[in-house]
Amino acid sequence: MNSQAGKIRHILMGLFMVSSMLFFPKSGVCREPENMTGSPLLRVLFLSDYNTRIVLLGTSLLGMSGGIVGVFMLLRKRSLIGDVVGHSALPGIAIAFIVSQMVAPGSGKNLPGLMAGAFLAGLTGALCVMLIDRYSRVRPDAALAIVLSLFYGLGTSLLTVIQRMPTASAAGLQTYLNGKTASLLASDVWIFALSSIALTILTLCLFKEFTLLCFDDTFASASGWPVLFLDSLLIGLVAGVTIVGMQSVGLILVVAILIIPAASARFWTDDVRWLTVGAAILGALSAGLGTFISAMAPRLAAGAIIVLSGSSLFVVSLLLGTRRGLIWRWREQRRLQRRTGRHDLLRAIYEQIESTESVHDVTEQQLLQARFYAAQLLEMRSWNLRRLQRLIQHAIRNEELEQNPDGSCHFTPDGAALARRAVRNHRLWELYLINDAAVAPGHADYDADRIEHVLAPEMIRQLEEQLMHQDDKTLPASPHTIPTTDAPAQADSTP
Amino acid sequence: MLHFPACSEYHWGDMSTPAMPEALESSVNSDHPAESPLSIRDLTVAYQRRPVVWDIDYVAPAGRLVAVIGPNGAGKSTLLKASLDLIPRVSGKVRFFGQPYRKVRDQVAYVPQRTSVDWDFPVNALDVAAMGLYRQIGWCRWVTRKYREQALHALERVGMADYAHRQIRQLSGGQQQRVFLARALAQNANLYLMDEPFAGVDAATERAIVSILQDLRTAGKTALVVHHDLQTVSEYFDEVLLLNLRLVASGPTENVFTAENLKRTYGGKLSLLDQVGARIAGS
Repeated sequence: MNSQAGKIRHILMGLFMVSSMLFFPKSGVCREPENMTGSPLLRVLFLSDYNTRIVLLGTSLLGMSGGIVGVFMLLRKRSLIGDVVGHSALPGIAIAFIVSQMVAPGSGKNLPGLMAGAFLAGLTGALCVMLIDRYSRVRPDAALAIVLSLFYGLGTSLLTVIQRMPTASAAGLQTYLNGKTASLLASDVWIFALSSIALTILTLCLFKEFTLLCFDDTFASASGWPVLFLDSLLIGLVAGVTIVGMQSVGLILVVAILIIPAASARFWTDDVRWLTVGAAILGALSAGLGTFISAMAPRLAAGAIIVLSGSSLFVVSLLLGTRRGLIWRWREQRRLQRRTGRHDLLRAIYEQIESTESVHDVTEQQLLQARFYAAQLLEMRSWNLRRLQRLIQHAIRNEELEQNPDGSCHFTPDGAALARRAVRNHRLWELYLINDAAVAPGHADYDADRIEHVLAPEMIRQLEEQLMHQDDKTLPASPHTIPTTDAPAQADSTP
Repeated sequence: MLHFPACSEYHWGDMSTPAMPEALESSVNSDHPAESPLSIRDLTVAYQRRPVVWDIDYVAPAGRLVAVIGPNGAGKSTLLKASLDLIPRVSGKVRFFGQPYRKVRDQVAYVPQRTSVDWDFPVNALDVAAMGLYRQIGWCRWVTRKYREQALHALERVGMADYAHRQIRQLSGGQQQRVFLARALAQNANLYLMDEPFAGVDAATERAIVSILQDLRTAGKTALVVHHDLQTVSEYFDEVLLLNLRLVASGPTENVFTAENLKRTYGGKLSLLDQVGARIAGS
């Protein structure tokens, strides 16, 4: 694993390279779009438009910071707090607007003022939820619903009040609900970029603190970490992402850029460090992609497009993720079933031979010479004829069995060796489970092939000794009776 | 869940100070002696108006292994948590080595119940062990190699070094418990408070934990362990603390862990297994 210092270097280098894009030479001073030559689509496609480039960069950085902060929201199991912050910010914007209007008429829509209002209100809303959860008997989900509706309702009413104000116009304020990436200017984006980078650095500085908080807040508290403060800090970061995101994605959907990248990354890794990197990449990718697409189709709501891009990446991760993705898990399950079926077949044949020959240790010669029919094996396990025949076909394809002209089968040398190994492992596991019942459930692995990977060599040696006969046979007897079709059931032959 | 004994069961005679060995008598005169790793005075914890822990006076001996036992709902976990300021107290003062907790945090290690955590968390065993060192590392610094090696050393002590990079979800219950223990050991504390470390672990882990506890005692450290298995108390622990909302008795195992005291603690609610254990203890 890279050292942490190395990781910091990499991240900072990446950030530096990305932000150096800000200093690309402009193709002329900011011209109006109508003056530019070439079709708009091509211009966007090749990023030859300075404005588009900057907006793309800004929203990508936003997506990255949202992803990183969102990891800890996800791990803290408070994903919906992002939603609360987003919705609670609305009255803050309205109040900030009204206050600015009263103080200096006409300055209502100054961005820093609105962002400050949104930040404070969003923070207040989330803190209300936390306090309700901590100090009252209201359940967290109810608290979320209550606070969210309360603040959002307040915000909507305030907006209607603003609309009635004689000089002001609230038209611009509505855009903060749904975002306006398409009409962003390069000058707006500076704030995006810097805030996003600041949020990212702050989160990464407190990486271990947040990890501990999310994993075991009891231990954190006992260790002396200020849990309430850390929680509030996390919410502050969420509020920070919200106020940056409210311009591009809009308040209503800002929770999506927090949670979706982190949730998608979870399908690819079981390590919190890689989870953060993955969420950052997916967040940047989905925001960039969304911006790109909406630049080509300016009439579509930009925020929604960004969220749709993120969601598509989520679906892809859900299906294809190498750690928990559905397809991967299905493949693993199938592999296990196939392998088990194969081993079951070989074992059944071996045990059949064992019981007809009435020995504990079947020789190589006996293994290779034995002939058997599918029908003989039917009773040994719970399979039906069709499945058994399919398994035999698989085994023939794998060159473990060979078919004779009369329809019976016999072992190949490879198949014989595999059968022997499968029987040995299975019996060792059985004995281990019997002897060490208390320990076994934690160690037993149904994929018996890997007994050597799970149990220590000394342990295996011990088990083998236990299973051995005095006359040092190489294969242990089965601890339970084996059914046989052509002779009465053999007596249990444990050592 | 809360067991508040019915009036008829309540032995008013028990309100007197529980019998304590002579040696400790003098140290109780000063409420919170500096030699005692944990001294509790008048501790009461209530949930709304129902008491969960009632009027506890206790001075823990240094360098011994103490079992905290009692029926379900007796307040054993609450006692530990309230001492560590994790839950609010109605009344009482708790001192560690004569000092308030916040001043001696680095000398006290807490091992919470294994079930208090969601193990489906994207960290590995080494990460969890390193969490015990976070306080040392301080704010805003990352876990460097030096600390990772210390954490690995702690994992070695519990026999989990080979699993250092295994994701914790893939560990068995006993292995998870050992990782929790490694986290506490990494702190190099003088007092260890453990909440049911033997619950649901396999025999090998149980032996490993007992061995570590004995090593701690040899090194002069103290451990207070919430324990549920009466059969093993005499074997593992030097002292016991019998709790059922109130302190029933405390002191050296051979003196205090008697059938009589157990009956008083469990108040007739002894389960079948507990009775077996009690009979073994009495014999």
